Amino acid sequence: MALDTDTVRRIAKLARLHVEEDALAPLADELNNILGWVEQLDEVDTEGAEPMTSVVEMVQRLRVDVVTDGHVQDKVLANAPAEADGFFVVPRVIE
Amino acid sequence: MAALTDLTIAEAGAALEKGDFTARELTDAYLSAMETARGLNAYIEETPERAQAMADASDARRAGGKAEGPLDGIPLAIKDLFCTEGALSTAGSHILEGFRPTYESTVTQNLWDAGAVMLGKVNMDEFAMGSANITSHYGPTLNPWKASSGDNAGKDLVPGGSSGGSAAAVAARIAAGATGTDTGGSIRQPGAFCGIVGLKPTYGRCSRWGVIAFASSLDQAGPIARSVEDSAIMLGGMAGFDPKDSTSVDLPVPDYAAALTGDIRGLRVGVPAEYRMDGTPPEIEALWQQGVAWLRDAGAEIVDISLPHTKYALPAYYIVAPAEASSNLARYDGMRYGLRVEGEDLTDTYERTRAEGFGHEVQRRVMIGTYVLSAGYYDAYYLKAQRVRTRIADDFKAAWDSCDVILTPTTPSAAFALGEKQDDPIAMYLNDIFTVPASMAGLPAISVPAGLSADGLPLGLHLIAPAFGEETLLRAAHVLEGAAGFDVQP
Repeated sequence: MALDTDTVRRIAKLARLHVEEDALAPLADELNNILGWVEQLDEVDTEGAEPMTSVVEMVQRLRVDVVTDGHVQDKVLANAPAEADGFFVVPRVIE
Repeated sequence: MAALTDLTIAEAGAALEKGDFTARELTDAYLSAMETARGLNAYIEETPERAQAMADASDARRAGGKAEGPLDGIPLAIKDLFCTEGALSTAGSHILEGFRPTYESTVTQNLWDAGAVMLGKVNMDEFAMGSANITSHYGPTLNPWKASSGDNAGKDLVPGGSSGGSAAAVAARIAAGATGTDTGGSIRQPGAFCGIVGLKPTYGRCSRWGVIAFASSLDQAGPIARSVEDSAIMLGGMAGFDPKDSTSVDLPVPDYAAALTGDIRGLRVGVPAEYRMDGTPPEIEALWQQGVAWLRDAGAEIVDISLPHTKYALPAYYIVAPAEASSNLARYDGMRYGLRVEGEDLTDTYERTRAEGFGHEVQRRVMIGTYVLSAGYYDAYYLKAQRVRTRIADDFKAAWDSCDVILTPTTPSAAFALGEKQDDPIAMYLNDIFTVPASMAGLPAISVPAGLSADGLPLGLHLIAPAFGEETLLRAAHVLEGAAGFDVQP
C-alpha cells in the first residue's frame, strides 16, 4: 500500500499540516519507508485476539455528576495568543 | 566531605535529618553546579528563585519538627512534559514556546507536597518523540559521558531520549533526581546511556494528569535517579491514586524502599530467548550473561522463557503511538494557547501554525497516525496493531507462570554520537527494541547501570516485572546494582 503524493496531500489536509508541493514526494518516501517496515505485522496470526484498548484490567470509574471547577476565566485565557473582553479572539469562522 | 551534589537522595535526606547542612545549602550547591554545566543544555529553564524559596520552606518545616519525609529538601529536575504552574512547560516544542500553565501536574504536586525542591525544567525530545534528545526545539542535550576510545572518542554523544535532559542532569550531578516519562523506553534508554537508574512504573501507577500527552495508552511517569534506593524513594513520592486521571489505579502506595531487602533467594528470573537478536554487539550479550550470573550467584533461579511476539512489539508500537499522538496533538491549533501563525483563513491558520510549530519528527508521526486511523486503513493498520498488542501482553502473562521477573539488556548499544542515525528514522526507532515490549504490555521495568562498553561508556541491564510488581522489581534491581558495583562517573 505505497502512498503517492496525492495521498500524502490528503493526509496532510486531514492532519491540518501545511506541506509545500515540493516536500510531498520526499515525505511520501519517508512514510513509505516506515509503513513498509510495519507491514511485517501481517506475519502475526491475530485470529481471535481482541484489539487492546486498555492495558490495565479495570472497570471504567464514574464520578458523581457535579460541577468540580469553574470560575477560572482568567486562568483559561492566560496563555491565549489573542483575547478580548474575556473571549478568545480567533480568525473569522463563518464567511 | 564529598561535594553535596555527589550525595544520593538517600544520603542527602539522612544528612538533612541530622542537620549536617540545610536544604538551602544543598539547593545552592546544585544551582551553582547548574551554572557551570550549562554547556550540556540539560535545562530549558532554571528556576533558582523558586528553588531557594522551596528550600527555605523545607528548612523551616524541619526546624519546626514537621519535615515531610525522605524527599523533604531534595532538589529535583522536572521533565518539560510536566505542567508546572507559572513555570515554562513546552514539551520541547516550538508550538508551546512561552506556555506557562495555570495549574500543576499531579505528579509534581505530589513531589512538592513531599517537600521536594524544583531546580528547573529539563530538555527532552519534542513531545517525547525521540531516542536521542535531538528533536527538541531548544537544541540537543549532550551526554556528560565521553567515549575513551573507538570511532566516537571525544565526540559529543547523545544522552538518549526522550527524557535526555533528565538523565543528563542526574548523571552530571546537576539534579539529585529527575522526573521522566516513558512511552516506549524514554526513561530506561536515557538511563542506560547516562549510567544511571531509570524506572518506568506500571501503567496507571503515576497519574498522567497535567503531563502533556503523547500516546495516552502508553505514557507513564517515573523517576530517574542515581541509585535503586533513590528510585524507590522518588517513586513513593510520585505515585498514588488520582481521580483526575481515569486510568489511575486506586491501590495503596507501598513503602518501596522497604522492599530493598537484598534477598532474592528463590526468585525466578526469566531470560527470554527472543531478546537474543541478530546484530546485537557481543559486549551487550556478554553483559547480559554477566547479569544472569550475578543474579544466580545471589540465589535466584534462572529460567529460560519465550516471548514469541517480541520482534513485533516495535512495529506495532509505531502504529499505536503515532495514532494516539495524531489525536492528542490535534489540540495544538493556535487558538487557545501556544504559537499562532496567521494564514489566509481559519484552516490555513491551523495548517501554518502546526507546520511551523511542530518539528519534522512530530509531523512525520502525526502523518503516520492520521493515515493509519483514516477510513480504509484503520482495520489493516490500527486494529491489527492493537491485536498484536494483545498477543504481546499475552506472551508476558504466560511467562509469569514460570518466572517472577525478566532480565534483558536495556539497549542494543551504548550512547552514540550527535548526528548519528539522524536521517534514518527506523535506525533511531531500533534503540527501543528491548524496552518497547514492556511498554506495550503496561508492565513496570527498570534499567540499572551494569558495566562499561569497550569504549568506556555505560551499559544498562533491564528488569521487567508483572503489573504492580514494583517491589519485586526494585528488590531484584537493588541486588543487581550491588553485584555490578557500578561506581564510575562521567
